[in-house]
This record gives sequence, C-alpha cells and structure tokens, in this order.
Amino acid sequence: MSKRRPYVRSMDGWWRRNPYFVEYMIHEGTALFVAAYAGILLAGLVRLAEGEAAWNAWLAALKNPWYVGFHLFALAALAYHSFTWFKIMPRTMPPVIVEGQRLPAWVITGGGLAAAVVASLILLGVVWGMVR
Amino acid sequence: MAEGQKTIEIEVLRYHPENDTEPHAQVFEIPFTDDMSVLQGVQYIKDHLDGSLSFRWSCRMAICGSCGMMINGVPSLSCQTFLRDYYPARVRVEALAHFPIERDLVVNMEGFIEKLESIQPYIIPREARTLSEGEYLQTPEQLGAYEQFSSCINCLLCYAACPQFGLNSRFVGPAALALLHRYNADSRDGGKAERMELVNSEDGVFNCTAVGYCSEVCPKHVDPANAVNQNKTNSAIDYFLRFLAPKGGAR
Repeated sequence: MSKRRPYVRSMDGWWRRNPYFVEYMIHEGTALFVAAYAGILLAGLVRLAEGEAAWNAWLAALKNPWYVGFHLFALAALAYHSFTWFKIMPRTMPPVIVEGQRLPAWVITGGGLAAAVVASLILLGVVWGMVR
Repeated sequence: MAEGQKTIEIEVLRYHPENDTEPHAQVFEIPFTDDMSVLQGVQYIKDHLDGSLSFRWSCRMAICGSCGMMINGVPSLSCQTFLRDYYPARVRVEALAHFPIERDLVVNMEGFIEKLESIQPYIIPREARTLSEGEYLQTPEQLGAYEQFSSCINCLLCYAACPQFGLNSRFVGPAALALLHRYNADSRDGGKAERMELVNSEDGVFNCTAVGYCSEVCPKHVDPANAVNQNKTNSAIDYFLRFLAPKGGAR
C-alpha cells in the first residue's frame, strides 16, 4: 500500500509572509481611495444638477476639517497607487519595439510617472486659474 | 568536524508521511565555507548527518530547474543561493510554497505536469510542409517575439511566488502560460485558436491579479507575468472577435 500522503500547507495570512505581498496588498488597498474619490466627485455632480443651493451646500461640506484630512490622506494613497501602478506597468503590456530594440522597463515606468506628474500639474494650473 | 571550523545552522522543514501528521522544523549544524551553496548545505546533511533527508537536485548550475526551495521564505534555486549571504545567521529551507509536500523538500508536481501537457507545448505547424520544401524560416524579429519565453526551465519558483495559484491550484499559472505564449507568439505556429480556449477559461489568465512576484523570482528572466498579462489583452480581443468572425475567437 502506498504511504503517500501529500501535505497541503495553509494559505492563512499568506500576504504577511513576504514584503512583496505586503506591498501588493497596500497597492490594492489604495485602489479603494481611488474609488472613494470618484464617488465624492460623482456626488458633487449630482448636487450640481440639483441646483445652486445644493451645490453650495456640497462645497461647504467639503471644507469640514475631517473631509480635508481625508483628502490629504487620499492624495498620499493615490500617489502611492500611481507609483506602484507604473512600476508594474512594463510587466503588464506587450513589448514596445523602437528602432528594433525593446523599450527598457525603466523608460516605460519613468514615462508613465512623468505623464502622471505633468497631467496633475496641468490640472492644478487649470483649477488654480478658475478659482482665482 | 575539524577544530576551528566555522559552522552554520540550517533549519529544514521535515515531513515523512509514514510517521508525521504534519511538517516540523529540524535544525542541523554543518561546516561552513565561503563557496558553499544552500544545495551543498543540504547535501552535507544527507551525506553526513541524516540520510533520510529528501530533496531534488541535478545539475548544480541553474540549468535543470530541479533544486527549487523556499530559502528564508523566498522561492530560490538552492544551487545558486549561497550560504555566505546568510552567515552567521541560521538559514531556513522549506519545500516550494503552494505545492503539496510529498516528503521533506520534495513537492508533488503532478498538477503542473498536467498543465504543461494541456498547453500543447510544441509547434503545431501553421502550414504543413514536406521535407523537400525545406525548413521553416524566421526573421530575428520573429524570433525576438517569443525567445525570452522559451528560456523556462520548469523550476516552479514562479508558482511558489504566485499567491493566486496558492489560493486556487487549478489556475494554469505563470510558467505554463509563459510557455503557452511562447508557442502562440511563434510565427511558425498555427495552434493559437486551440490554446486560447485555455487562456480564456475559468482556470486561465484572469486568475492573475498582477502581483508580479513570479517575474521577480524567475532565475531565467522569462518574465512570466508579462506573458500572462499580454494574454489578458489577447483574451479580450478574442472575446470581441467572436462577434465579428463567425468562426474566430472563443467559443
């Protein structure tokens, strides 16, 4: 009779076993802030459609210190999310061939991060111009 | 052991199914020299301290892919991981994660072998040619499209690095999908439609959540995460193609 009895190890707490997995979970976790922020903007749009009074009430609500604190936290979470997102990007896309050479991973990551920074700055400039 | 000989401790996760209900750690003290790999360390244990220790190995030079183990929790080829990088601390070795332990450091790889068969890892000629018509020609660019994915040595480190495989052992997984892509991306091959069935299936590429650790631990720079994620795009294209082409795409 066979003495074979393959032992299957538990996966409980798998994401704590390796720093790489911890970083992955933080990355995935920060996506919730992206979703939350989209929800806030969507709520603003709904309030805007409801008329001036509703819109102004929403704007006033945003000035609540808790809300401001959340926004600062969300900004940090989004920055981290963008950073890790572009870091993994070269692994998730088909090879980009430029003049017969495959574009190195750091160019893709660097290009993505640069695009994110430029887009943020342009947006900031536009908003700054509107509120002044 | 000679007087004044430096030593290092290796903690091995032992499991003998005939006696043990579950694995347990056992610590061995072995002589240490600067040039010893972890594989040489466990070989010393087997040769001098405990002949019942079981592990796989063959080439000792990162070509055969037999000696993969978790070394301090990191999937590694034990032949190219050196004890000096841990000395004087204790080194912990364990069978590759996410696979059932058959005995000590030996895992059960039957599931992987079945997956390897299922991807049809051979060229299914796009067009049949007779010998007199000569060989299939390929440009350097066409070779470049799949060459890195052909370097896989089936060492399974990528599976031990993939939590999604650990949570769902039916997932075809990084190495088999990289090899699948190697053939699909080959200009001589015509088997893509058949292999896409597997790519698109419940056990296919969408089990991957882009953790990316598989590519990190790959000793041959295959970048399996890239092969898997390219095939998410291919799978999506395949899905929409079926609305356009009556016989094309997934069924």
